Amino acid sequence: MSYLRIDHVDKTFARGSQETEVLRDITVEVEKGQFVSIIGHSGCGKSTLLNIVAGLTQPSRGGVLLENREVNDPGPDRAVVFQNHSLLPWLTVYDNIRLAVDKVFAAKKGRRERHDWTLENLDLVQMAHAKDKRPHEISGGMKQRVGIARALAMQPKVLLLDEPFGALDALTRAHLQDSVMAIHQTLGNTVLMITHDVDEAVLLSDRVVMMTNGPAARVGEVLEIGMARPRRRLELAADPSYIKYRQRLLEFLYARHRTPQLQAAE
Amino acid sequence: MNTMAIKAAKAPGLPKSRTSVITNLPVNAAPRAGPLLAALVDLAARVIPPALVLALVLLVWEMLCARKGASLPPPSRVLSDTWELIVDPFFDRGGLDKGLFWHLSASLQRVALGYALAAAVGVALGTLVGQSVWALRGLDPLFQVLRTVPPLAWLPLSLAAFRDGQPSAIFVIFITAIWPIIINTAVGIRNIPQDYRNVAAVLRLNAAEFFSKIMIPAAAPYIFTGLRIGIGLSWLAIVAAEMLIGGVGIGFFIWDAWNSSHISEIILALTYVGITGFILDRLVALTASIVTRGTAAN
Repeated sequence: MSYLRIDHVDKTFARGSQETEVLRDITVEVEKGQFVSIIGHSGCGKSTLLNIVAGLTQPSRGGVLLENREVNDPGPDRAVVFQNHSLLPWLTVYDNIRLAVDKVFAAKKGRRERHDWTLENLDLVQMAHAKDKRPHEISGGMKQRVGIARALAMQPKVLLLDEPFGALDALTRAHLQDSVMAIHQTLGNTVLMITHDVDEAVLLSDRVVMMTNGPAARVGEVLEIGMARPRRRLELAADPSYIKYRQRLLEFLYARHRTPQLQAAE
Repeated sequence: MNTMAIKAAKAPGLPKSRTSVITNLPVNAAPRAGPLLAALVDLAARVIPPALVLALVLLVWEMLCARKGASLPPPSRVLSDTWELIVDPFFDRGGLDKGLFWHLSASLQRVALGYALAAAVGVALGTLVGQSVWALRGLDPLFQVLRTVPPLAWLPLSLAAFRDGQPSAIFVIFITAIWPIIINTAVGIRNIPQDYRNVAAVLRLNAAEFFSKIMIPAAAPYIFTGLRIGIGLSWLAIVAAEMLIGGVGIGFFIWDAWNSSHISEIILALTYVGITGFILDRLVALTASIVTRGTAAN
């Protein structure tokens, strides 16, 4: 049995008498320490899937198993890095992380230890210099770093990334991807990431799960990315296997499962 | 900076004794005086226009009311009539014959009590209505009807209930100030972004932690909007209420002055009421800007 298992999940949203089937029979397995990406066109329901894993949304059928136990409600064992960072604007960078640390380690760590652990996680994302700043005083990329530090500080069993770099410019995104790769290399976290960026998926993942277009999105294909780690962005650009994996994803997304809008335009 | 340059250029042409003073100034005096001068200009730009308008209004008023047979006194008469009250606001000859300070302070005490009650109950009820759909459905129609009742219309009812002027006046303040506080708090709570709720859910914050760490700070800008409207309405209501209930208070002072035909005293009291209301509003606004520092900017 795998570490994290999304088991035959269906999701139907009901609005009044109208029902929309978003996800149909989704099964995804993630091994401990693996980095798995879920890729698909926007609107295919991949964020809904992540919310189901996080426990923020309930599946209509099926369920999520973590270490063979069903998880139904949200909790710090599945920490989420939200797309729009979701830092609390009235708290400093330090206090945003400290809030999580205080809550998760209230019983296990003393005051001093919690302080040190907060700083340690800020250091991990290279944000210790901004610890006394408020979220609106730092850049988008920095906010996302703090969001990642907050999630890591909970020592989650699974780290859930919901299009974490989607709102960032290309350079900042590359920096953050490198940081996430380095952290994954050091800490060996189990990560489930939602993305719509083909390069990002190939670069970061051990496995990419491709979703078909909604409504009633299903798992279309699963691609194992067998490239050795650590991976370096520059070397990979000309790597034949990288190009091959990239090709496979592009093929799936743009040749076989184009967005309905694109098809209609032809 | 331009003015500084002009001054420096003029300096050689000044009489000898003054030139020597200027040349003795330390070299870095000019750059330091720059921002100070700019601040002075800025201050003047804000103080001079209202001062001019005030002077103009007083002048027109003086001209209109200085004629023989004018029904209202001109500002010069107001000043001479009420000079005793202005210079000695602290006298106390017993009974209702007190200085304006005591009248204002009595009114402020009533407002403080009624407003504090309204703030506490208003934020609590607003939170309930903002958080629970059923509380909203049950209470909101009631609130929407009751909030349109004019403050003074509550006074006879509260006099009947409390059989005393003091608690009745405080109740009128309370019932006047509470509606904007409830409604704005409820809107603030309803508008808490789903993101913050998700963060709270992932962290498994309990109800008390959610209330103090997410709900109140997130809704604070809205709550303070309600509190600011509330303090303004309280001050509006107290003067009217005191006219009816009597006792020490600025409202009663005005009514008493009217009954004794001391029109100048009425005008002085109105000035004080206006300034006090302005200060109250600024105090709440200041508290808001300190407490909600960073909250609104996201």
